[in-house]
Order: sequence, then structure tokens, then C-alpha cells
Amino acid sequence: MIQFDDVSKRYPSGQEALSHIDFELGRGELAFLTGHSGAGKSTLLKLIMLMELPSSGQVIVNGHNLAKVARKALPFYRRNIGLVFQDHQLLFDRTVYDNVALPLQIAGLDSRDIARRVRAALDKVGLLSKEHQNPVALSSGEQQRVGIARAVVNKPPLLLADEPTGNLDPELAAEIMNLFEQFNSVGVSVLIASHDLSLITRLKHRMLVLEHGRMRADARQG
Amino acid sequence: MARSTKSRSENRKAARTPDTGSFRTGFEQHQWVAVDSLFRLLAEPVGSALTWAVIGIALALPLSLLLLLQNLQQVDRGLDQSGSISLFMEQALTSEQLQEALRTVQGDADIAEVQLITPDEALQEFQAASELGEVLEGLDENPLPAVIVVTPVPSSNRDLEGLQARLQALAGVELAQLDLQWVQRLNAIIAVATRVALLLGVMLGLGVILVIGNTVRLAIENRRAEIVVVKLVGGTDAYVSRPFIYTGLWYGIGGGLIAVLLVTLALFLLQGPVSALMQTYNSEFRLAGLGISNSFAVIAVAAVLGLLGARISVLRHLRAIEPR
Repeated sequence: MIQFDDVSKRYPSGQEALSHIDFELGRGELAFLTGHSGAGKSTLLKLIMLMELPSSGQVIVNGHNLAKVARKALPFYRRNIGLVFQDHQLLFDRTVYDNVALPLQIAGLDSRDIARRVRAALDKVGLLSKEHQNPVALSSGEQQRVGIARAVVNKPPLLLADEPTGNLDPELAAEIMNLFEQFNSVGVSVLIASHDLSLITRLKHRMLVLEHGRMRADARQG
Repeated sequence: MARSTKSRSENRKAARTPDTGSFRTGFEQHQWVAVDSLFRLLAEPVGSALTWAVIGIALALPLSLLLLLQNLQQVDRGLDQSGSISLFMEQALTSEQLQEALRTVQGDADIAEVQLITPDEALQEFQAASELGEVLEGLDENPLPAVIVVTPVPSSNRDLEGLQARLQALAGVELAQLDLQWVQRLNAIIAVATRVALLLGVMLGLGVILVIGNTVRLAIENRRAEIVVVKLVGGTDAYVSRPFIYTGLWYGIGGGLIAVLLVTLALFLLQGPVSALMQTYNSEFRLAGLGISNSFAVIAVAAVLGLLGARISVLRHLRAIEPR
């Protein structure tokens, strides 16, 4: 699903965020990407989202060589990836329902299909009863679940998460991770960047450890 | 043969079904975005009204000028049609000589109508119309000459001047006066003023584009966070720019409406004084308004200006907002 071949990323400032990264995430696999802050986790996710281009090396995602994705094709490439943010990035000028519906509206589905799929996604994260509320009225755990519903509503084959539990207490964090495991169990490939070591070591999944931009360890647990 | 036709029509049907579906949802989406953009403007009534007013005033200025000139041309055209030639006859003429001259003039193929005003009639008319009549009564003899008013067959200016020269050469004619020069001068002035109004219109139109462009830029800034999210979940440039294009359209349409209202109001306020003025010329002239079709044309032009302004702003500012 994701393949990095000798990928380096140097920012114009001269800072080397990633150097010579090689790894592969198989279809239907779940892995954690960890390391202390500044180790390059966010940069790696940005390369996958095509928010940044590598300075050297090759990234292949779901069969697409990212160096060859044209600007016009970029939105369509991104529709195949669900992205969960640390700060959830919900829009507070609309309801929970409309937030989750956004990727489907963008994809141009008709309103009946949208309704069906939004409700299914909200049901999956346990927030169906709050569809008409403004996300501002929700707790941070609930907001993050809305963010997850939005990421999975158009059934992307790949789900990325950038510190999805960063702002949550341990109990809520475990619930969120459990949600990711559920999506993985139905075949979605999942890559979660997190520095919450105590939580992710307990979950016994594959762990990619970054340190100063290098891949320090690729540990399969359990 | 029949089979191949059938399969082709089936193919076409199969190809068309998803198309009409996406067309419908595309239309639905446009409709939704258009309404949403309008509601966003109405949600900030003061700011939006100010922008609409600025656009409306900028458009109303050249518009009312053009309308005024058009009305002036209307008056002018009325004068043009009555472009007659007055033949002031020599004082010493006997009535036989006068009749002789009248017959000659009536025989001219370029002349449609001839009216004789004898010195006595002229005197009566003058006394009726002017307070100077009493002064004339004090004179021993009538100082006014006989006048033959000639209405030419409708023709171009050049022919009229030729006719004037011919009439001037007639025996017994003191002066053949063609009252056309000031009409020509007025026409020239109107032409200059129309050009000025058009130039003003172009400049203010550009101003409107810039105003709308800048307002749309602010709207883009206000929704920056949303744009980033939309781009990350796969929104195309067209999708991201659509609400702002509609915002520009609504600014244009609203501004155009206000311009039409302002011009109509100004005309209404001018109607009374203008009627009073025209009555002194025995004219039933009334100011012509914009009319329905021109009003729609103004609103359409304003809408196009809005679209242009939004388009420029979107091209300049929206691409710069990328998820980082």
C-alpha cells in the first residue's frame, strides 16, 4: 500500500527531516509510526499526502508513483486516503453531519447516498445521535471521533492519522485506537503516527521508529 | 443490421446513465453552493450592504449620465424633424410680388409645405406673445416683414443647405435662415459627453471589478482553514473556488440592482422639474427611464463584473493556500 525507496527530505532551510527511509506497509496492514517530536513523523505523512515532495527517493502509494501525480490529479489521489489530524480540523460553521459529509459532497455523490453513508460512519464511531449538533458542543474525544468518521466516510483503502490521541486522556485514547483497529479488521490499511509509547506498545502492532529522520527500528510485535 | 442498431442504442444508454446522474448532482451542488454563498452574504448584512452600495453607486454614475444624454438626444431629434427654413421677405415687396414668390416656392420639388405669415399676422402674434407689443403700437408702420416658413421634404443636412442657398437667391428674399447649426453643435456636444460617460463607465467598471476582487479576497482569507481541509479531503480547484465565484456573482447582481434603483429614483426626482421646463417649450416631453430590458442588461453586466472580479481574486489567492 505504501512503499518508500531511499526517501530523503531536506527543507530549504537545510534541515534534513528524513534521510534514506526504506519501508513498506502492506495492503490491510496496521502500523504505528513513532519517535520523539521532530523525528520526522509529520514529514513522512506529508509526503504520503503529497503536501510535500521528497528531495530524493521514490514514494509509491496504492500503485501511484507520487512523483508522477499531476497537480490536476492531486485531489483525486487524496480522495483515496483518509486523514485524521491531531487537532481534528473540524469546521465549526456547520453541523457534525455536514462535517462528515464534506468528502462525499466533494466527490459529487447525490444527497441520498451521502445521507446513508454519513449515518453509517457516524454510527460506527457512536455519534449518530449527535449528527445535528455543532462540533463545538462536543467533547474533545467526540470531536476526534467525528474527525475519524470524516476520514473513513468515503471508504478509503488507506487511513493515516497524525497524533490522533495527542489531546486525549488515556481512556479516550484507547477507545480511539480501538476504532482504528476495527477499520483495519475490515481491510483498511492504517498508519498511525503517535509518540504515546505506553499505549502503542500495549497494542502489539508493527512499530516503525524514527529518530532524527532515520528509520531506527521496524519492530513487529505480538 | 437491426441487431447492431439495438446494441448501439443500448451502449449509448449505458454510457448516458451515469452522466445524467452526475449532471444532476453537479447541478444540485451548484444550486446548494449558490444559495449557501448568498446566505453567507446575508448573514453579514451591514458589510454586504456597504459593498453592494459601493458597487451600485459606481455603476449608477455613468449610467445616469448616459440616460440623461439619451433623453437629450430625444429632444434633439424632435427639433431635427421640424428643421424648417424661414424666408424673411424684403419690406418693400408688394402683395403681388409676395404671391409670386410664394408660388415659386410652392413649385419647388424639395419643399413639402409652405406657410405664409403676413406682416399683419406677424404683428398680431408678436403682440400676443410679448409685452413689447405696446411698443410696436407706437410705431407708425409695421416694422415686421412677411415670412414664408418652408418645411422641406425630409432629407439629409447637405440637401437642406443647398435648398437654403437656392431660396436665398430668390427675388424678394431678404434672408433664408436655416435653424440647424445649433442643432449640429448640440449633437457634437452630446457625442463628446457620451464618450466621456462611456470612458467613465469603463473606469468605474474596472473599479467595481477591483472592489469585488478585494472583497472576495477577504472572504477567502476568512475561510482559509476550511479551504485547507477541503483540499486535504480531495476538493478540486474548481470545487474550492466555486463558493467564491458565486460570492462575486451575488455582489455583482446586488450592486446592479442598487444601481437600477438609484437611477430610477434620480429620474423620479428629476421628472417634475424637467416637465415644468419642457412645458415652457410647449412640449409634452417626459424623461425616458431605463425600462425593463435595460434594467436587466445593467444587472447582467454587473453580474459579469462580479464574476470577473471573483475569478481574478480566486486565481491570485486560492492557489496560494495549500495544506502545510
